[in-house]
Amino acid sequence: MSVVLAAAAAALFGYGTWLLLQRRLTRTIIGIGLLGHGANVLLLLAARRRGRAVFDGAPGPFADPLPQALALTAIVITFGVTAFLLSLAWRSFELTGDDLAEDDVEDRRIARLHGVVDEEIADEELLAAEQADETRVSIDEVET
Amino acid sequence: MRVLIPLPIVLPLAGAGLSIALGRWRWVQRAIGLVVLTATSIISIVLLVQVDQNGGAAVQVGAWEAPAGITLVADRLATIMLAIASVMLLAVLVYAIGQGGSERTRVAFHPVYLVLAAGVSASFLTGDLFNLFVAFEMMLTASYVLITLGGRREQIRTGMTYVVISLVASALFLTALALLYAATGTVNLADLSVKMADLPSEVRVAFAVLLLLVFGIKAALFPLFFWLPDSYPTAPSPVTAVFAGLLTKVGIYAIIRTQLLLVPEVDRPAGLILLIAALTMAVGVLGAIAQDDIKRILSFHIVSQIGYMVMGLGLFTVAGIAGAVFYIIHHIVVKTTLFLVSGLVEHSAGTCGLARIGGIARRFPLVGWLFLLPALSLAGIPPFSGFIAKVGLVQAGIEGRAWAVVAVSIVVSVLTLFSMTKIWGGAFWGDPHVEVEADDPAVARWGGTVPMLGATIALVAISLAIAVFAGPLYELAERAAADLLDPAGYVEVVLR
Repeated sequence: MSVVLAAAAAALFGYGTWLLLQRRLTRTIIGIGLLGHGANVLLLLAARRRGRAVFDGAPGPFADPLPQALALTAIVITFGVTAFLLSLAWRSFELTGDDLAEDDVEDRRIARLHGVVDEEIADEELLAAEQADETRVSIDEVET
Repeated sequence: MRVLIPLPIVLPLAGAGLSIALGRWRWVQRAIGLVVLTATSIISIVLLVQVDQNGGAAVQVGAWEAPAGITLVADRLATIMLAIASVMLLAVLVYAIGQGGSERTRVAFHPVYLVLAAGVSASFLTGDLFNLFVAFEMMLTASYVLITLGGRREQIRTGMTYVVISLVASALFLTALALLYAATGTVNLADLSVKMADLPSEVRVAFAVLLLLVFGIKAALFPLFFWLPDSYPTAPSPVTAVFAGLLTKVGIYAIIRTQLLLVPEVDRPAGLILLIAALTMAVGVLGAIAQDDIKRILSFHIVSQIGYMVMGLGLFTVAGIAGAVFYIIHHIVVKTTLFLVSGLVEHSAGTCGLARIGGIARRFPLVGWLFLLPALSLAGIPPFSGFIAKVGLVQAGIEGRAWAVVAVSIVVSVLTLFSMTKIWGGAFWGDPHVEVEADDPAVARWGGTVPMLGATIALVAISLAIAVFAGPLYELAERAAADLLDPAGYVEVVLR
């Protein structure tokens, strides 16, 4: 049980981390799912012994029910948050029209303010928007 | 008294349910929120007084005996944090009601706010590490909703970053839990404290560092803090105020609790924690100096001040931890107030960028004072609470012979003052050139509606009271620190 499951958890963690660092939001979300699954497999591994389910009157060694309960709780929580994350990604697609993780505009603006020139800006529209100071909004538009 | 312990968790959750059911009437939601949070504040202050007089108390949920069941433990540190957190949540709710915005237009604001309150209370009161995970998730999920409430483009971008980083932290927390259960066979904190003593020293050190990593992401330590200045400024102002005051402190609380309870003295990573503290302080304040927007400067300050609290912890003496606890109390109040003031500025002037506003102190003198007092306190100017807190930490550092960290903390304090004067000079001083378009007469005259100003004035009064009553409060912090450095007492309360 142990070595194969441990290797599976390690593989899930590895793939999940690699996917997390991708630019496409859907891949990021799948990566988070894999990370959660790796953690859950590790929780099952923590039980450390095989056995039957804990029923009244059943014979033989029992499996430890606590890590299974912990894993179930963790799965449910991860499921809920992943659903929220998907809705965020959909909203991002509605606003920007593509599936890419967005750049940190504010960070670039501060860098430019201090004279650290960024050569990588390829998106002309983004550059023009920054220069037009599009972040200024009136009090009516700001939903604070 | 023990019947009071579950109430700070149960009341906000019940209130959240009612709030969703009666969501059509905003005044009902507001009434529920205010009543529930007032009750929680009163209960938590009563708990604090009782626990301080009689010692800690524990409740086994569902009457399942520890360590099999979930324990709720009210000791000094838990009740101190709970009391401050409840009062902050109430004040910010009053502010949010006064401001309108998302609070008025979205049905979800009040229920989710109450779930956040329940999650924060549960994190402080729980005595079970997996229950801490669940409480963290409750709090974090509510924060995901609050930080993206409004659905603007920048909110979605930073919301994604925040959610992804928090999920990674949660996966790491689960991994730590799995490994701890595999090593010891329990997740109850008191039982873990007993069973960790049987593990080999290297394993204990590894767990100490792993738990530091897990909670360090939430607490915004170096080098894990970069999500904080990215995501906090884009949320609505009362939401940012609650996050700044509370969420990082829950992470710090978890670090204090796990390092002191689970890891015996020989295996504590004191040097590593002090190094992280120094780097956090320095990088945070240097980031703050580079920014040009009030909220971003304040967000970087959160990171820098977290370094101070961790420095107090890293000394692992009664003086150090008492300094850290007092610093936490002071910082929760002052940081929340500063973000509420930045919300006042944004509400009246429309923006927080330093290049675009100016002379607010002349236009709205009240707002100017409401910024000045907490800002001086944060920078550590006597006679405010920040000065007392920093002196306490510096003294503890000198006693603990941690010269480098003390030197860094003093330099960082000067730089914090510098960045505060940058905000003051850029936004508040000079001739007013801010256009105020407001139909509410209170906003035009004073800079904010009555509930907004009232909540901020109340918080400033609390921070001044902390300075005035610093003697008894510091003694309370020392009693809490003495409790924390004696895990046997905690174990006795839970497993007796």
